[in-house]
Amino acid sequence: MSGSVVDMAAAQRGRGFAREPKPGGDMAEVHAELTGVKRVYPGADGGSVHALGPVDLKLARGEFYSVVGPSGCGKSTLLDVLAGLSAPTEGSILFEGREVAGRVPPGIGVVFQEDASFPWLTVQDNIAFGLRRAGTDAAEVDRRVSYAIGFMGLKDFRKAYPAQLSGGMRQRVCIARTLVMQPRLILLDEPFGALDAQTRLLMGDELLKLWRETGATVMLITHALDEAAMLSDRIGVMSARPGRLIADIRTEWPRERDSRIAAEESFGAITSRLWGLLRDETVKAAGMSGSSR
Amino acid sequence: MKRATWIRTLVVIGFVLLLEGLCRWGVIGRMTMIPPSEMADQLWKLLQSGRYNGHILETLGNVAVAFVSAVVGGFVIGSILHSLPRARRAIDPFLATYYAIPFFAFYPLLVVIFGLNAAPIILIGFLFGVVAMIINTMNGLDRIPRVLIKTARVNGLGPLRTAWLIKLPSAAPQLFTGIKLAIAYSFIGVIAAEFIMSTSGLGYSIAYAFNNFDNRTMYALMLFIITLVTIVNAFFHVWERRIMARRGQ
Ligand SMILES: Nc1ncnc2c1ncn2[C@@H]1O[C@H](COP(=O)(O)OP(=O)(O)O)[C@@H](O)[C@H]1O
Ligand SMILES: [Mg+2]
Repeated sequence: MSGSVVDMAAAQRGRGFAREPKPGGDMAEVHAELTGVKRVYPGADGGSVHALGPVDLKLARGEFYSVVGPSGCGKSTLLDVLAGLSAPTEGSILFEGREVAGRVPPGIGVVFQEDASFPWLTVQDNIAFGLRRAGTDAAEVDRRVSYAIGFMGLKDFRKAYPAQLSGGMRQRVCIARTLVMQPRLILLDEPFGALDAQTRLLMGDELLKLWRETGATVMLITHALDEAAMLSDRIGVMSARPGRLIADIRTEWPRERDSRIAAEESFGAITSRLWGLLRDETVKAAGMSGSSR
Repeated sequence: MKRATWIRTLVVIGFVLLLEGLCRWGVIGRMTMIPPSEMADQLWKLLQSGRYNGHILETLGNVAVAFVSAVVGGFVIGSILHSLPRARRAIDPFLATYYAIPFFAFYPLLVVIFGLNAAPIILIGFLFGVVAMIINTMNGLDRIPRVLIKTARVNGLGPLRTAWLIKLPSAAPQLFTGIKLAIAYSFIGVIAAEFIMSTSGLGYSIAYAFNNFDNRTMYALMLFIITLVTIVNAFFHVWERRIMARRGQ
């Protein structure tokens, strides 16, 4: 591989992660909807931690939505609740018109903030894990896994174990493991946190390409404002804990785009607008007095 | 072979040769110890005569039953305690001080309860091994990263498949430690129990030879036990190394 982390040729062969094209593709169709969602955790010594909400959010089918917010504001909690990994204390969640209750609905894929690779499986067995559990036939598993391995630039590490990989490569294994399932809604929790700045940009481009290729709905959680500004159709800004959505910003980027839009004038404008909204919240979250007048 | 392995091998060989020399030159009297070469020779004769086959099989059978029930029982009890944090907190101090109890002091009581047969011997071996397995099972389950359990849920795995496909392999290193300790403790428990109060088995045979000033038989049987335990340990060691090498540990 030269230059890029991921194999562009493999990407161009196309259809690797893509599902059968769906008729319509109505952008206004609501794909997931949160109404009055609140999450309170039981805290230490009988107390409680109000982590999230109330949050109202509609994700349109096929849109690229990002969430930014200060650390500890409830972003991961929002993801857990939307995915059905933890029940909301109040409120309701719909995915494709059905209530999300007690289990993760098929069609949702999650890439977690922490390293979720299985240390006892090789790279290819890690990536094939979900497909095998779902009873996909062996030839199809092989095809999709090979494609993902090529796409993610893991060709030389097929038979390696996660312990032999860097943090960034392990995260790519986890991303591949999610993508081969061809989810219709992909939730990513700070997936590029372990990568250096340049690789982040490239992975961002790949994510955009995947998003276009698959037509999936994406919700990306990130603390990097430029990443959000560069990748998203729409950005939700969260307040300090308890996390509420305090702003909703549309970027108006064309669907065909990549990291080079960072050179656009409006990119700077969006980034500084995000920072303007977040500065006070970040000061609050960090417990600093700040100099906000 | 690695350098450390060479050094270790040389140390063992050197020690055996030293012992051989000390015994042959009379620095160590024959009433105290016989030379290692004679131990090996005597062991070979004992095994060929078949006189001790019954005792050996009996002890190995006792150890096997004690070991397997300690591993299975320890795993089940450990898993249950892990899922009941309150019960676990209540029991934790007992587990922590468990190995301070001199079990063998209660052996006569067990004989009174179960009779002079294999049951109290196996029970001692089991009691010795089970707690190591309980502690290591809980330790392993504690260390399973939450994100792996979440991944299982995203993949639609139910509790049983999560236990089998995620929890078990994730906790494998600690379970392995438990298994290794359980086999060592089962051996110790069974042979010591046979030694104290039994009418058969390897432990009994050693004690019998000791009481009859039969040094040759006593040392031959000791050599047998050492060799056996070393082989069993080496087997587990290789198996463990194989598993851990993959995980880069
Ligand atoms: N399982 C939990 N139990 C108790 N408190 C939690 C739990 N998970 C998260 N929290 C708390 O909820 C708040 C939000 O956490 P999180 O959603 O992880 O924030 P973020 O992802 O934005 O950094 C934090 O104060 C955190 O300590
Ligand atoms: Mg988080």
